[in-house]
Amino acid sequence: MRTMSTAETAPATYAWAVHAEQLTVRAGRHLAVAGLDLRLHTGVHGLLGPNGAGKTTLMRALATVLRPAGGELTLLGEPVSGRGDLRRVRRGLGYLPQDFGFYPRFTVREFVEYMAWLKEMPKAAIPAAAQRAIERVGLTAKADARMKTLSGGMVRRAGIAQAIVNDPQVLLLDEPTVGLDPEQRLDFRELLLDIGVDSCVLVSTHLVEDVVAACTDVVLVNEGRLVFQGSPDELIAHGDQGDAGYSPAERGYSALLRRHRAGAA
Amino acid sequence: MSMHPDLAVLARYADGDPGLDEASVWSVESHLEACADCRAQLAGHVPEDTRALLDLVTAGIDRGIGAGPPPVPRRRIWSAVSRRWLAVTLAPWLTMTAAVLGCAALLHAVNPELPSLVLLLAPVAPLPGVAVSWNRRTDPAWELVAGTPAAGLGMLLRRTAVVLAVVIPLLTLAGARTGAPLALLLTPCLAFTAASIALGALIGVRRAAAGLAAVWALAVVVPSLATAELPVVLHPGGAAVWAVAAVAMAGFAVARADLFRRLTSGN
Repeated sequence: MRTMSTAETAPATYAWAVHAEQLTVRAGRHLAVAGLDLRLHTGVHGLLGPNGAGKTTLMRALATVLRPAGGELTLLGEPVSGRGDLRRVRRGLGYLPQDFGFYPRFTVREFVEYMAWLKEMPKAAIPAAAQRAIERVGLTAKADARMKTLSGGMVRRAGIAQAIVNDPQVLLLDEPTVGLDPEQRLDFRELLLDIGVDSCVLVSTHLVEDVVAACTDVVLVNEGRLVFQGSPDELIAHGDQGDAGYSPAERGYSALLRRHRAGAA
Repeated sequence: MSMHPDLAVLARYADGDPGLDEASVWSVESHLEACADCRAQLAGHVPEDTRALLDLVTAGIDRGIGAGPPPVPRRRIWSAVSRRWLAVTLAPWLTMTAAVLGCAALLHAVNPELPSLVLLLAPVAPLPGVAVSWNRRTDPAWELVAGTPAAGLGMLLRRTAVVLAVVIPLLTLAGARTGAPLALLLTPCLAFTAASIALGALIGVRRAAAGLAAVWALAVVVPSLATAELPVVLHPGGAAVWAVAAVAMAGFAVARADLFRRLTSGN
């Protein structure tokens, strides 16, 4: 538990935590996100799509790392597609990149505290926030181990800890379950649902099952465009027995993709 | 602070008297939160069974503290500060800079007729460090850091300050050895640092630093070594011009701080 400030309990003055209209983002010369419309509010949103669908580029643009090439992007009610000040929005963001580097001689605690400091948290709140984030991802026993001594799954969890350390209103996780064992994946789903109660969480993943189990909303993209947005049940309803896949959700996923490809051709 | 409550009211509050109305209870409680004297008074009025309960709780908490994990030792402030200032591995680059300046000073000692290499290299000495300080290739956590509010010109300047804190003493030392005037050593060095940041706003700091170093080497260092004469830009009296250039470049960089908010692919 932690104390909530009045600023946190104040009602939001924006309709959508994430609002993209006709968003285009370049990855190198290639237009990886091409005219995407997206509206997200609180809850856990699963971002699905085949390889090269533009998921990672979209995540980077939402994390304000990449500047959109066109369209409008509004995060927490503030436009971030132009050259305006990003500090206020960035304080409310948490981001776990797909492949993230770290400073190998930092310990987990130092890493999380350093990231909290970069996120401009009040100095006095940093040690407690870092400890809480480390506990939430189950790395307490390794808190004072150096980052370079951790296994892949532990590094991933340290990455999740730094993303949630500032209690972000928008949490972006790019492939967070890679390298986690089945038990940790279950814990991670609980954590997601917990955070999704009052924040907007966007999780990109390849695993359709993760989305059905842990997400309140599914976002399916292909070739930089939005294909489908709806609840997991709606995703399942799109599939029938003839579609490829081992589970109802997978059949819904492949049916939607097949229809989108047929429509685009 | 509100008025101290009446002693009789305090005693009734301590007893849990149901006759005390809610408004009084609230006012007593809000006063107690702020007033140590009244809390001490209250402790004196606490009935025997409550006191026994409190003792039990105290003993329980003490046991819990004794059995629980020890608190994390408070780390020295130095460790957090050094992590914040020296996150990026600059050591190899700075070592290289120091080695080059050492060689330049040595060369000057061996062959004093040639124009001082220390003086010729001083402007570009900080550039390798500046180029790697905020960069996709040398900062492993760039993608994490680039999305934080602290990313931007402030972070670049902080890391540049670390480079200058090493390079400037080195230059001063080398200058004292070779007798080069200090102002002519340091003002071009600061001007080039500021210029690489200012130009970096437009094309990326890494490219800017590489470009400036190449231009300086081709336009000034090579000709002056070939003719064995000190170039006109490094004659005494040029220091003021260099200082003005440094201030102007720094001014431009600060005025266009918005260009540094994202780490462009040029970095």
